[in-house]
Amino acid sequence: MTDIRYLAPRTLDEAVGAFAAAAGAARILAGGTDLLVQMKAGTVSPGLIVDIKKIAEMTTIEETADGGFCIGAAVSGAVLGEHPRFGKVWPGVLEAVNLIGSTQVQGRATAGGNLCNGSPAGDSVPAMIAAGAIVTVQGPKGRRQMSVEAVPAGPGRTNFAPGEILVAFTLPPRPKGSGDAYLRMIPRTEMDIAVVGCGVSLTLEKGICTAARVALGAVAPTVLLVEAAAKALVGTKLDAADLDTAAAACSASCRPIDDKRGTIAYRTKVAGVLLKRTAAIAADRAGKV
Amino acid sequence: MNEHSNKWIGQRTIRPDGADKVTGRAAFGADTTMPGMIWGKVLRSPHAHARIRSIDTSKAESLPGVKAVVTARDIVNFTTDKPFILGIQDMRWMCRNVMAREKVLFHGHPVAAVAAATEEIAAEACKMISVEYEVLPWVIEIEDAIKPDAPILHEFNKLDGKPSNITGKLEHKLGDIAAGFAQAEVIVERSFKTRPVHQGYIEPHACLVSVASDDKTTIWSSSQGQFMVRAMTALLTGLTQSDIRAIPAEIGGGFGGKTIVYLEPLATMLSKKSGRPVKMVMSREEVMRASGPTSGSSSTVKIGATKDGRIVAAHGIYYLQAGALPGSPIRGAAGCSFAPYDIPNVLSQGFDVVSNRSKVVAYRAPGAPIGAYAVECVMDELAVALKMDPLELRLKNAAKQGTKAAHGPVYPRIGFVETLEAARAHPHYKAPLGKHHGRGVASGFWFNAGGESSAQVNITEDGNVVVMTGHPDIGGSRAAIANIAAELIGIDYKSVSVLIGDTATIGYSNMTGGSRVLFASAMVVTQSAEKVITILRARAAKIWNIDPDAVTWEDGAARPAGDNAGKFAPLTLAEIAAKATETGGPIGAGVQLNTTGAEGGFATHICDVEVDVDLGIVRVLRYTAFQDVGKAVHPSYVEGQMQGGVAQGIGWALNEEYIYNRNGQVDNAGFLDYRMPVCSDLPMLDAVMIEIPNPKHPQGVRGVGEVPLVPVMAAIANAIHDALGIRFYSLPMSPPKVLEALDLPRAAE
Repeated sequence: MTDIRYLAPRTLDEAVGAFAAAAGAARILAGGTDLLVQMKAGTVSPGLIVDIKKIAEMTTIEETADGGFCIGAAVSGAVLGEHPRFGKVWPGVLEAVNLIGSTQVQGRATAGGNLCNGSPAGDSVPAMIAAGAIVTVQGPKGRRQMSVEAVPAGPGRTNFAPGEILVAFTLPPRPKGSGDAYLRMIPRTEMDIAVVGCGVSLTLEKGICTAARVALGAVAPTVLLVEAAAKALVGTKLDAADLDTAAAACSASCRPIDDKRGTIAYRTKVAGVLLKRTAAIAADRAGKV
Repeated sequence: MNEHSNKWIGQRTIRPDGADKVTGRAAFGADTTMPGMIWGKVLRSPHAHARIRSIDTSKAESLPGVKAVVTARDIVNFTTDKPFILGIQDMRWMCRNVMAREKVLFHGHPVAAVAAATEEIAAEACKMISVEYEVLPWVIEIEDAIKPDAPILHEFNKLDGKPSNITGKLEHKLGDIAAGFAQAEVIVERSFKTRPVHQGYIEPHACLVSVASDDKTTIWSSSQGQFMVRAMTALLTGLTQSDIRAIPAEIGGGFGGKTIVYLEPLATMLSKKSGRPVKMVMSREEVMRASGPTSGSSSTVKIGATKDGRIVAAHGIYYLQAGALPGSPIRGAAGCSFAPYDIPNVLSQGFDVVSNRSKVVAYRAPGAPIGAYAVECVMDELAVALKMDPLELRLKNAAKQGTKAAHGPVYPRIGFVETLEAARAHPHYKAPLGKHHGRGVASGFWFNAGGESSAQVNITEDGNVVVMTGHPDIGGSRAAIANIAAELIGIDYKSVSVLIGDTATIGYSNMTGGSRVLFASAMVVTQSAEKVITILRARAAKIWNIDPDAVTWEDGAARPAGDNAGKFAPLTLAEIAAKATETGGPIGAGVQLNTTGAEGGFATHICDVEVDVDLGIVRVLRYTAFQDVGKAVHPSYVEGQMQGGVAQGIGWALNEEYIYNRNGQVDNAGFLDYRMPVCSDLPMLDAVMIEIPNPKHPQGVRGVGEVPLVPVMAAIANAIHDALGIRFYSLPMSPPKVLEALDLPRAAE
């Protein structure tokens, strides 16, 4: 039996210092909805837990002057859902974040933890990638920024350097005529994990798609940014044939596994089906803006 | 039959245990603690199949904080050559299930248990036990287990002189099927597979056991029978039953899965060795890996009919997984599957197959849903082949009073026809369907059961009533018993308190299972109440100084009758109770019986589904269950049983399954990936109660808890066929399977 040290620093510098000093024996605690479950199952046994919920920067949502958003890594899904503006601008990101777990879990679970957990099936990750979100990380060598799609390295792993902590997500300002959406396939209707997840963000001008980003979850070791699918949408009116091309690009990008949650054939086909459904919702929202 | 005014029987009274449950005061299996209590943990097998060469517990025993370690050496050995039957279980298998003996037989099989000052120390000590294994080849699926060269689990089990994994057979025969099929003009024969599914109770197995230095033992645990806990623990530990007091906790779901012990004998031996009370609580993962699911199966059903729809022959072959030790519910599969129909020639055969999985345990109408799934899907195909409405086909062949069933009985008055007629007349059966929607029907049967029950009815000094029975209340039985006692004694329902006794405070009562509890307990409570009323009349007679026969009991009061009518003012229950001491002493009566006369239950279900043809997802849109419930003593809990059974069947049909990895281990041992339905997966499940009273019961009660699960899988499979034109012959009908079938090129049916 090992003792576990628990720290709840008030500043990011303090958190980074303790986290880096523990050299891999430490875990960051945001909502804890993954960490505590893993500890209870015995799959991780950290010597140090660094709780980041007392750090102001990590728990605030800021709407920037240019219309973008900065969301602290420890902001819970419920708090994000209560923000008066965020869900109006990024409904797809919000619905993805709010799909993590139950109502009770939403009170704790964070998009930051969802990303750092490194699961290819994390619901918020494809939506964040489709949104073009950037993350700020801070480590012993200072701060840097990276795209969300650059964070996952494989199941349970990230590309953060030793001692680096995820600080916040930055979502860009929204051009007029933009919309986003996230859909996942689950065998049940809730309380489940994505067999395939699909995030789409796009911009329409006079009915023509001028920009698009597409991301897929649970079809490869990491969440994928599917540029070929986005390319198939840009410049089109999102007619059935255009969506078919983008769907085929999605299916072609899949590198899934057969496991208890789904088969290779199933995931590959469903990726395309979800692209069409998600893009239709995003386009509908873009049209209404 | 009771012809009383039914002031309380049939009322939706407030359940006696309701307030405790909604406020969190109810004490479940894990809620009891004791001074000096320590914690027990189980070391489980990492292998699917291995011989145990040696177990060294010395390091674990020397860890500070460890108070006791037990292995199979501490559990009574029932040798494999001599059957030792307790109820439907054989102690040869029970002793090997609670603790591996010669071999570990599945991943998760207990090999040792430790009690220590904290859970953490106990877990750490488990890791310090060194077990030397000789790893053996293993087998999981039925098809593999019955191959000639399959790894054999139990070398002593022989079939035709050779070691075999087929450990049991059962056959029901009526007429001559060869002659019957010769008359048939249409024959449908199909094969089916189902996966093992877990009962899915929310409350994990848990117990607290205290053994004193004189062996006086108290067990607090959550089970479907405190007397089963006492008997099995006594047999497995060598204690006498009179030294054990088993106290039933409130139970957070059982569905058959808590009809055997897992932890109690281990905690008892740990407590005996350590001298401390020992608490053990399974994790969800342990529940999924090592407590019983019901069987997976492989079945073939053949039914032949004449062109006018008269079924002339039926043959069913059901192979059921027993898990690691013999004892699958082949009786339920082979006995119930053709039971709804009047068929002159029947052969129904069950085969019990062991493999390296956790031992199966009862699950709601054990075996019957497996058999009904196959038969009711074939019935649907037969209806299509005969161009008949599926309900008409069933009506044409429905069993009635006087029908001889292949599993034995000649039916008395039963209500199967009424369920079919109610289904046919219901608006649901004619409601329009949309695109990719489909409708299916199926029927089902469950034996129901009587058996041993005890009751005590006491009148308190202030004139209220305390009723005690010996069955854990899983489905609302306390509320129903209160209704009956209030009705019979003629008092307000609120004046009746219903309690569940422990093994020291009430006479032997068999388990809560088999849909027997209200049937049996209503009988003993009725007879006890009648005795109490006789006493009350005698006390009134004494007070009035008249003959007891000249006193009647009406509306909760004794009244002079005959020549004395009107001579004395009625004496209420409270007035007689107040004079109990001077008229002869405390007032109460108990009855203990082996109850008989439980008659079978029948149901017919209608199910509508919608299929998302791009994702392969099946959603149940509308569901109506029609059931002969005998008499609904408390309609809310009868409806609750019907809805609960259907909900479990929907999970079994669509998503639930044990998934094994390449190492013979369950890969989805938790509620995230073992996909039971959540509330939002289900529509409102409509329950239509049809009351054809059981003529052999004072209130007309038939069991209601199990038959609601029996028709569900076939009803859904038949509805999917109606929606897509595709037949599925295996469960679950999960999205990948449905989408794969949709993508296959198909010939028109």
